[in-house]
Amino acid sequence: MVGRLARRFGDLDVAEEATAEAFVAAVERWPRDGVPPNPGGWLVTTATRKAIDRIRRESQRDARHQAAQMLSDHTPPEPTGPVQDDRLRLVFTCCHPALAVEARVALTLRLLGGLTVAEIAHAYLVRETTIAQRITRAKAKIKAAHIPYRVPSAEDIRERLAGVESVVFLVFNEGYLASGGDDPVRVDLTDEAIRLGRLLHTLLPDDGEVTGLLALMLLIDARRRSRVSRTGELVTLDEQDRGAWDRALIAEGHALVRERIAAVAAGGEPPGRYQLLAAINAVHTAAPSARDTEWSQIVALYDRLAMLDPAPIVRLNRAVAVAEVDGPSVALAEIDRLAGALDGYHAFHATRADLLRRLGRSGESRAAYDQAIALAGNPAERAYLTRRRDQLAG
Amino acid sequence: MPRYLLSVHGPAEPGELGNYPSQDAMLQAFADTAAFTERLQREGHFVFAGGLAPATTATTVDGHGATPVLTDGPYLVAKEYLGGFWVVEAPDLDRALALAAEGSKACRGRIEVRPFQTEDSFPHLLKP
Repeated sequence: MVGRLARRFGDLDVAEEATAEAFVAAVERWPRDGVPPNPGGWLVTTATRKAIDRIRRESQRDARHQAAQMLSDHTPPEPTGPVQDDRLRLVFTCCHPALAVEARVALTLRLLGGLTVAEIAHAYLVRETTIAQRITRAKAKIKAAHIPYRVPSAEDIRERLAGVESVVFLVFNEGYLASGGDDPVRVDLTDEAIRLGRLLHTLLPDDGEVTGLLALMLLIDARRRSRVSRTGELVTLDEQDRGAWDRALIAEGHALVRERIAAVAAGGEPPGRYQLLAAINAVHTAAPSARDTEWSQIVALYDRLAMLDPAPIVRLNRAVAVAEVDGPSVALAEIDRLAGALDGYHAFHATRADLLRRLGRSGESRAAYDQAIALAGNPAERAYLTRRRDQLAG
Repeated sequence: MPRYLLSVHGPAEPGELGNYPSQDAMLQAFADTAAFTERLQREGHFVFAGGLAPATTATTVDGHGATPVLTDGPYLVAKEYLGGFWVVEAPDLDRALALAAEGSKACRGRIEVRPFQTEDSFPHLLKP
């Protein structure tokens, strides 16, 4: 609804407040007068009226002219249906590349996710005033700089969509492995990211990366219950109770991955980052145990991913799979080449520590665990690393 | 239609070749910049454009008091100063950013895109 009104009135504040006012009116009137025959239509009509009232109040000078123009908005509905189309415009506005990443995240959670400023502030462990200011500034920029409410043109859409996907995945990741605070997993954020992922998938069902992103999040989230132990310690994939995984989410994620494999086989675009990551997680979640995982397939998928994205983090994750196929010493040699790039990253030291442990090099392993513990921001991960370090022989 | 300032910054005291590695590179950049400006005119985006003399030639004037106070030099002391700009009209920021990307390529500099204020920017001040 916010999206629809924003398009019509060209102003996010007006759209948001009019929507809120319409809901307040509904709460007051429906119990008294009964729920109208078309509640959705009633809300839109009421919000539209409220928005027009608001604009009239705010600028009396040319209110009549403006209102007349807006009331005569009879834009024909587009094939996807006007409501979905408006939400999609709003997605692209909230994730516009001219806005800072933090502003995109806050705006997306507020306007698309419907989270309150307090909820966003709590999720990101920053003060409410900071979030409120980020949102206010972003909205002011959208207005002053004329950031359009528009689905980008065909030539730009892939690049712009990549920006939208990264905002959603950023929200998911922060929820899944919180970088600070006391909660190891922030379910509010992972749930919200999945909801946004589903929304994108509904709006753009044929986009491979959108499908891949949703599948990826579902397949990671399916393991949530087994990922932190009762004592609040992170449980790594090889030690997780696979019986506690959410089979429904896994089935849904696998179906999406299969859909993409079929589409690519039928001559579609080659898979991008999210589809490859989803496929990797599909292989993990298809295995009855860590030992029975098809590690060579995982290495092959990481090879394809490294061709798209040669980032050191991709090579680090690939090395974890290499350790299972070719042994820890081969993996360690690969990882040590990444030392310069990843020295400040806790997962680099944690992976190194584990490989050194498996090679019986306890002293070096201990030092690597120490570094990993010092760099890890997540409490469950620190607890896990500390136990592994303390279990080292001699 | 919304207006935007596309501004290019350059070194405080550009040498003979400005920022360019060679005379040829400089001339090519000038030619590309001129071609870009012509395109803006052809496509109806152009409002105004200009290159500025070095910031060392600026004078800052404070007319607040009884007599104006003149200071030799720019308002802010910085390593880089505004060196040139275009004022363009574009339907929205996406179009303005696309123009800026082309202008940046032509002049070999980073471009700041900043919207001009419009009447909508301060409706509360214009209320009767």
